[in-house]
Amino acid sequence: MFEKLSKYIGENIKLLIDRPDGTYCFRLHNDRVYYMSEKILKLATNISRDKLVSVGTCFGKFTKTQKFRLHITALDFLAPYAKFKVWVKPGSEQSFLYGNHIMKSGLGRITENTSQYQGVVVYSMSDVPLGFGVAAKTTQECRKVDPMAIVVFHQADIGEYIRSEDTLT
Amino acid sequence: MGRKLDPSMRVKRGPGRKARKQKGAETELSKFLVDDEGPKKLSSRGRKRAVKRTQVTKKPKQEEKPKKGFSDENSEWLKPAQRKRKIEECEEDEDSDSQWEEEEDDDDVVKDLDHKGIVKDIDDDDDDDDEEMVDDYGADEGDEQDSDGEELLPIEKAARKQKKQTSMKPESDDDDDDDDEEEEKKDLKEDEEEEDTVQANIDETEQFKLPAAADRAKEGLLLMDLQTIHQRIKDNVDVLSHFSEKREEGKERSEYLSLLRSDLCTYYSYNPFLISKLMDLFSLSELIDFLEANEIHRPVTIRTNTLKTRRRDLAQALINRGVNLDPLGKWSKTGLVIYDSSVPIGATPEYLAGQYMLQGASSFLPVMALSPQEGESVLDMSAAPGGKTTYMAQLMRNTGMIVANDANAERLKSVVGNIHRLGVTNAVICNYDGRQFPKVMGGFDRVLLDAPCSGTGVISKDPAVKTNKDEADILRSAHLQKELILSAIDSVNADSSTGGYLVYSTCSIMVEENEWVVDYALKKRNVKLVPAGLDFGKEGFTRFKERRFHPSLKLSRRFYPHSHNMDGFFVAKLKKLSNTIPTAVKETENEEESTKMETAASSEQIQKPESKEQKPASTKAKSNMGKKLKLKQNKSGTPIITKKAGVKSENKKSDGPKKAKIAKLDGKTSKKVEKPVKKQKVKELNGDSTKEVVKEKKKGSQFEKKNIMKKKNLKKRMGKNKFKKLKNILGQDESGQ
Repeated sequence: MFEKLSKYIGENIKLLIDRPDGTYCFRLHNDRVYYMSEKILKLATNISRDKLVSVGTCFGKFTKTQKFRLHITALDFLAPYAKFKVWVKPGSEQSFLYGNHIMKSGLGRITENTSQYQGVVVYSMSDVPLGFGVAAKTTQECRKVDPMAIVVFHQADIGEYIRSEDTLT
Repeated sequence: MGRKLDPSMRVKRGPGRKARKQKGAETELSKFLVDDEGPKKLSSRGRKRAVKRTQVTKKPKQEEKPKKGFSDENSEWLKPAQRKRKIEECEEDEDSDSQWEEEEDDDDVVKDLDHKGIVKDIDDDDDDDDEEMVDDYGADEGDEQDSDGEELLPIEKAARKQKKQTSMKPESDDDDDDDDEEEEKKDLKEDEEEEDTVQANIDETEQFKLPAAADRAKEGLLLMDLQTIHQRIKDNVDVLSHFSEKREEGKERSEYLSLLRSDLCTYYSYNPFLISKLMDLFSLSELIDFLEANEIHRPVTIRTNTLKTRRRDLAQALINRGVNLDPLGKWSKTGLVIYDSSVPIGATPEYLAGQYMLQGASSFLPVMALSPQEGESVLDMSAAPGGKTTYMAQLMRNTGMIVANDANAERLKSVVGNIHRLGVTNAVICNYDGRQFPKVMGGFDRVLLDAPCSGTGVISKDPAVKTNKDEADILRSAHLQKELILSAIDSVNADSSTGGYLVYSTCSIMVEENEWVVDYALKKRNVKLVPAGLDFGKEGFTRFKERRFHPSLKLSRRFYPHSHNMDGFFVAKLKKLSNTIPTAVKETENEEESTKMETAASSEQIQKPESKEQKPASTKAKSNMGKKLKLKQNKSGTPIITKKAGVKSENKKSDGPKKAKIAKLDGKTSKKVEKPVKKQKVKELNGDSTKEVVKEKKKGSQFEKKNIMKKKNLKKRMGKNKFKKLKNILGQDESGQ
């Protein structure tokens, strides 16, 4: 799981754990990884396993084949530490929110030196984080390709709060 | 494309060939319709009516004048077009003969005038339709309005006449009588000839006459026009509010009320149970407002998520998207009310980013009352869909801890979604039945219980509540709420440095679910009501019908859709005084007495407002002793208010010489005395105590059993003679033993 995280935020993972207001930790519960402060963890131990639905923030879950899939709910924590960012034009915002990949025509800005298949956080032009994805092309290539080419693969977006409420837990 | 016979339809005006030529269907038709009516003969009835009319029309005209009459000499024959509406309303009022006759008068005059530019000398200020038409014609045709308004009547009359001739005429005549009677100002019992006066008098309903029972039964069979019912409701309410002046001789208030009840049920589609409950809660004019308010939706409101944005910024962003909004009011710094929006409010990128939450205005209130502080541990017992939980989290700035619980796993998903979307990090979500809570986890600083209820405050959102709630539903909800509030109280840590508060709220306006539950909690636990911190809203009831509640219930707040423009709501803030659960007090007193007394005493004690005793089986004291104890235990020191008048009287009696006697009592008479009261009180307490009462009967003596049966039948209050009799029996018992 940390591997996945580091794809997006690199070494900043440490910042997630050692926060000024106490230590935070990750815990596994029902195949899902939750991120919470230790205080909450202590109190949550009172609740029986089958009745506990969620603690703190859910970061993602392990799929049946034990691959870790990062959820949109982790966005708030990833966004400040993101190393590579992509900005989307207002017109293609909605398209990304529906779950589509980002095309060159919708690309507003992109951080320099983005390598291929690098995890990126997607923002709108007003710096509102919209989700994350994987860069399909390096920054250099992005400049060269035609407008209909996909530059960012969609992985998670905030539209999922409405589209797939059920899967969040 | 046909021409519309709609008087409100504007005909083309201004320069242009056709504007002048075509004046609209009304005027065209008027030409030949007038001809039709000309030669019409008066029937015998018509003649009679005409006679009556001349007698009666003077009066109504006089009264119409101040209201809306025409101010010149034509007022006698020219009636305001409003009449047309009434005529449309009273579909059953089909005696078109009278109509024709009246029209005849008009038509005669009309005929005389130039039909193109009918000179009308009348002011039509009050005539809505006419006003519209004033502009429609050129200067010389400005007078056509009134005639137009009335021309329609003939057209409609023609149509209706045809309809009527196909339908049953005599029946409709009967109906005419029914409706007419209600609206007429009459002293005499009528025959159908009064109908014309109905039309004339339609604006005065000085005397709202109740239809006779037979007529009403008939009404049930035929479909009543909604307009008629509405008018009848208004008239009825008017009469009831000025009953002494406007009542009909010989008719009781209850008759008016029962008619009103059935009308309200029909008009607003409620079931009779709910209407009766509402009539008990509200005064009549308020009732109408309430019912009307329930027909329309409350405005959509949103709450800014201060963890992610500010209200100003959010408002700006939404306005840029094309949303029309305003701040919610002075009482809220985070609320916004949405008037209309070109984008779906629940799907904007700002919503998805968690910058705001769709939430009803009334749902802000319990959280504002609770006001959780940073670093506290808070429990939300009935959290779905998570609006209040997230509000609490934002007030606490994501510090401390919130436990969000809901018994329904499906709805918990929305809680999870909302919590994550709004960026709440200090929440733990679990799926317990709220009643298990103190066992799972306790010692919270604050608890919010937004109890599941019957939903009578949110009828505008869910109209099904109008018909599917009945007595059993309300009592069931009340029972569950009582259990929940006790669990909630037990989960609060009274010794918490910053808190020790519980807020109980429901989205219902029923007293059984609100004040009664809080009162129950006051009796059963060491809690007291504190001001909720909400400076608007109506105070809760301290008494209602036959029930009496603790006076501090004044501090709770009720909100109504018609007065505050938010969903019906009830909020009460309680402070826990001590962590100990009050146990049965009476162990020390009068133990000889008893076994039988236990149950009596316990239930009785419960009735005393200040008592914080538990109900349980162990109480043994007699009423007096119990009272004394309770007095001692009173922490708040407010005067004892007995729940029922019966209890009061009974207590007074026992205070006197009976005290000693009762103290010695074997249980017979005291049982008798207390049992009836107890029984009722027990019933109030949802029957658990009755079971206890029954179970706890230790002595199964026949006499006692007999008494039990007797008690069930005894009245709450004992008459003087009975009291004396009891005394005598007591005396006999003592002497006998």
